[in-house]
This record gives sequence, C-alpha cells and structure tokens, in this order.
Amino acid sequence: MTIKLLHKNKYLTFYSSTSSQVLNIPFYEGGVSAGFPSPAEDYMHSKLDLNDLLIDHPSATYYVRVNGDSMLGAGIQSGDLLVVDRSLEVIDNSIVVANINGEFTVKRIKKNKNKMFLVPENKKYKPIEVTEEMDFELFGVVAHVIHHFI
Amino acid sequence: MIGLADCNNFYASCERVFNPKIKDKPVVVLSNNDGCVIARSNEAKALNIKMGQPAFKIKSILQKHKVHIFSTNFALYGDLSERVMNTLKSEINKVEVYSIDEAFLDFSDFSSFDRAMSIRKKVKQWTGIPISIGIAPTKTLAKVANHIAKKSTKEGVFFLRERDITRSLQHLAVEDIWGVGRRNAFKLKQYGVYTALDFTNINTEWLRRKFSINAVRLQKELKGERCYELELKKAKKKNICTSRSFGKETNNYNIIRQAVSNFANTCAVKLRNERSCCSKISVFLMTNRYKASAVQHFPHITLSFNTPTSDSFEIVSKANIALQTIYNNACIYKKAGVIVQSIVSKNEVQASLFDTIDRKKRNRLMCSIDKINMLMGRDKIRLAAQGFDRKWKLKQEKLSPCYTTRFSDILSVNI
Repeated sequence: MTIKLLHKNKYLTFYSSTSSQVLNIPFYEGGVSAGFPSPAEDYMHSKLDLNDLLIDHPSATYYVRVNGDSMLGAGIQSGDLLVVDRSLEVIDNSIVVANINGEFTVKRIKKNKNKMFLVPENKKYKPIEVTEEMDFELFGVVAHVIHHFI
Repeated sequence: MIGLADCNNFYASCERVFNPKIKDKPVVVLSNNDGCVIARSNEAKALNIKMGQPAFKIKSILQKHKVHIFSTNFALYGDLSERVMNTLKSEINKVEVYSIDEAFLDFSDFSSFDRAMSIRKKVKQWTGIPISIGIAPTKTLAKVANHIAKKSTKEGVFFLRERDITRSLQHLAVEDIWGVGRRNAFKLKQYGVYTALDFTNINTEWLRRKFSINAVRLQKELKGERCYELELKKAKKKNICTSRSFGKETNNYNIIRQAVSNFANTCAVKLRNERSCCSKISVFLMTNRYKASAVQHFPHITLSFNTPTSDSFEIVSKANIALQTIYNNACIYKKAGVIVQSIVSKNEVQASLFDTIDRKKRNRLMCSIDKINMLMGRDKIRLAAQGFDRKWKLKQEKLSPCYTTRFSDILSVNI
C-alpha cells in the first residue's frame, strides 16, 4: 500500500491511500443477498493503517511513555508516546532512549570529536557527557512521537 | 550445516530488556504460582541456585544475595520470543521454531562463523535478547555446538567442524546429550558410558536391543550423519495439557470444579485453534508433596468420547464427571490438570451412529464464541461452570508489567 498526496496548503498536507496490490474481494459468508450492489464497491481501497506509517520494523519496535519536560524543544511533551526503533543506527543528532547507570532517559545524541553527549532540549537542563566510567547502554532510536490532545 | 540459536537465560533476559537496573544482578523467574525456579541469570547460577528448586527452600539465599525475583510473565516472554524468531527469519530462509527460546536454522546455503556472529548481533540489537548459536552438520551436534558456544566461548558462537567432533564429544556428559534424559543416562552409566564420545563408540546392534531405534539415530547424528531434518511445518500435537497450581491449596469442591472447568475449556479452545478433536480426556489432582503431614492423594482418571470432539460443552461436562469420580474431600489439593488425548484432525472425525448432538449447529456456536472472545477478550463468553470469582487463580506477586502487549503497561521513562 502506498500513500498518495491529496491536498497541500501552506500548513497542512493531506494524504489518501492508494493500493498498488491486488485487493481481497470481500467474502460474504451468508451468500449474496438480492438488491442493488453498492456503487462504491469498485472504488474501495484498503483502509489506512497507522502501523504502515509508523512501524518499519515490527520486531524491533517498542513503545515508550515519557514523563518530564527535558525534551520539549524536540516536540516531546510529558505523557507522549514514543515509537522506538531498535534497528536504526544511531547517528549524530538522533534522539534516543538510553540507560545510564541503570536509569532510562531520552535525549539527543551529539558527537563532538571523540566525545559523546546526551543533550536535553530544554535550557533548564544541562547536557550529560557520556564517559567511560558510566554504565551506558543504548535502548533504541526514537522514530516518532505520538501526542494525545484528548 | 544446521544452526541452533538459543536465547541465553531467556526469561531472565526478557525481564532485563526493560529493567536495566538488574543487568548484572542475580535474577530468577518462578514457575506458575511462584513455586519453583524455572529460569536463572548467570549470576543466580553462580549462587548455586538450581533449576526446579522450590522458592521456599532457598529463601535465605534469595534474601542474602538480594536476588531479583519475578513471577512468570508469559505475555512478555511470548511477545519477545516472536520478535526473536521473526528477526532470525529475516536472515535465514528456513527456520524451525523448536521452543519458546530455541530455533534450528538452515545454514545449507552458506555457513560461516561471521554470518552467525552478525545474526547474533542483529537479534541483540533489534530485540534486546542475547542469543548463542551453534553450527554443526546435524541437529544433535548443533545442540552440542550451542552448549559449547554458551559454556566456553566469549563470542557466543561455535562452529563445530567434522574434524572437531571427537574432541567436542569427549567433554560432554552423557546426560547432556539432546534427548537422552536422566533415566537413560543412569542406565548408560551402569554400562560405563559416561561421555557423548563413549556413546558414539557403543556397538550399534547392542544399542538397538538395549534401548531403541531412536538411540541408534542419536548415535548416527552424533557421528555427523543426518537423521533429523528441519521441521518447517508445525506438527499437530499428540495431546494437550492445561494444568495449574492453585493460588491457595484447597479441598473446596466448587473452587476445584471451577478450575477444572476452566482448564478443560482452555483445552477445547486449543483443539479448535488447531482444527483438531480429541477422543479421550484425563483429569488429575495433586496434593502438596512437600507437606509431609498432609494426606497425600494423586488421583487421575481417563474417560472417552463416542465421537471425537472439540466442543466446550462436551469437554467441560466430561471433565466435571471425571472430577466427581476422583475428588476426595479429606484431601487438600494443590494442583489440578486436564489432558485431552487421542487427537485427530477435525476432517477425519467419524460420526457415531447414535450421536445425539447436532454437530453442525454446535460447531457454528463454538466458532461464534471463539470469534467474540478473540475480539473482546479471553473468556468474555464462558460456560457457567467456569465461574467468575476465579478463587483458584494463581499467585503472581512479582509479576513485571506486560511492556509489549498492553498499552497501560508500556515502559515509562522520566526525562
């Protein structure tokens, strides 16, 4: 299934689904009833599935809920849901879930020469330099953030 | 070549993925009802905690060494297992999922140490679960190779070449050979067979007479001659067992009846999922064997169906009849179980001449119930005999969250 651009204005882009695959013909268990067939039937597409958009590697994808405001600048608010893809390689500027000394955190990775920093996106907090003595382990790269308005 | 991928201390590793605090700490997972140790991290093994040991017997060790204890969380382990298997399948065309934490891999196209290393690395990165891989000419030797990979390599990968077979087998105890078991090992030792190498040197004819054709196959496999191929289609089960310890030991007939009805229904659902029917059902009860003062009673009974069935009504009511026959109110029971046997495929069921049940209609009813329960949640529609209060439910005091299967339980991070 592919996503088709429907409409675009200055702020928003709308998409619709197009299906390049063979559609499954709906199967009526009780037999076909008499009456008029739906005129929409020939135009039916499979429905949009958010999983197709948000999850590239199901086996490597985990969800994480966040508490706190240290990543506000990156658009991550307290209570948001992160879609974390462990299959992605960490590069400079990746936002990651990692654990330092037994505690999980979410920060942006900044590499500078031989040093690596975990950088918050909120002036209230200071960057953390990842040093050899630290027990540091990467959990995964944050691929998407889902924010709830209701 | 055949590979065997085995997750290291699988249940303990699952708990660690979402709980980095316990990374280098001793971890044990207890069986249903928090009874016995069924998984140990390496640190727990080092404390000499044994597999199957009842938790109450090692209470002081657990406390003294601050061992982290978990109840079994099968929702979590099942999901992580599926992730591991799917990751393996993304690298290898033919994968036989052998158990929740083991899979045979077809390396016939191209096998190398480096390929196994990169698969191992991928599984760790994608899922968080560490695995070991053994590669060898046969399944049985792949098991041996995996054993070596775990015990004596840093990399977690061992490539067992034909020329190294003898050397590898001479340090493997006979009871550690795949499929030998404790009883056979005991018998073999009486004949002076102590190692896997000794086993390969036994006279084949003698082995066939004293043991079985399977023992001969095992011997061939250990010599590098392939007898077992990868089984890529899941074989239908020969019998299905559902049994649990009760949360609290009891002699209350109604509580036991509810439990047995639930176990019987679970068996029926499993049968229907496999499109199978059973011709026999067994019900058993157990008292607590560790309580020397209690009256001990381990009764069981097997009953037959005239027509093989997967119908919840029939199976649950037969289980109830069976329970009535074996139950004794003078005993305090700890565990009950239901086993359905003589399983045949649904298509092969022969109708009985005197059958009084409208099977077509009942079949449709069962299909509808299964569909509703699939959508709305397990046991949303249930037989009255299954009850609602679930007093028999097991204790799971140390259950970790279902991090990957329930939105309310997902990992929460303070940032």
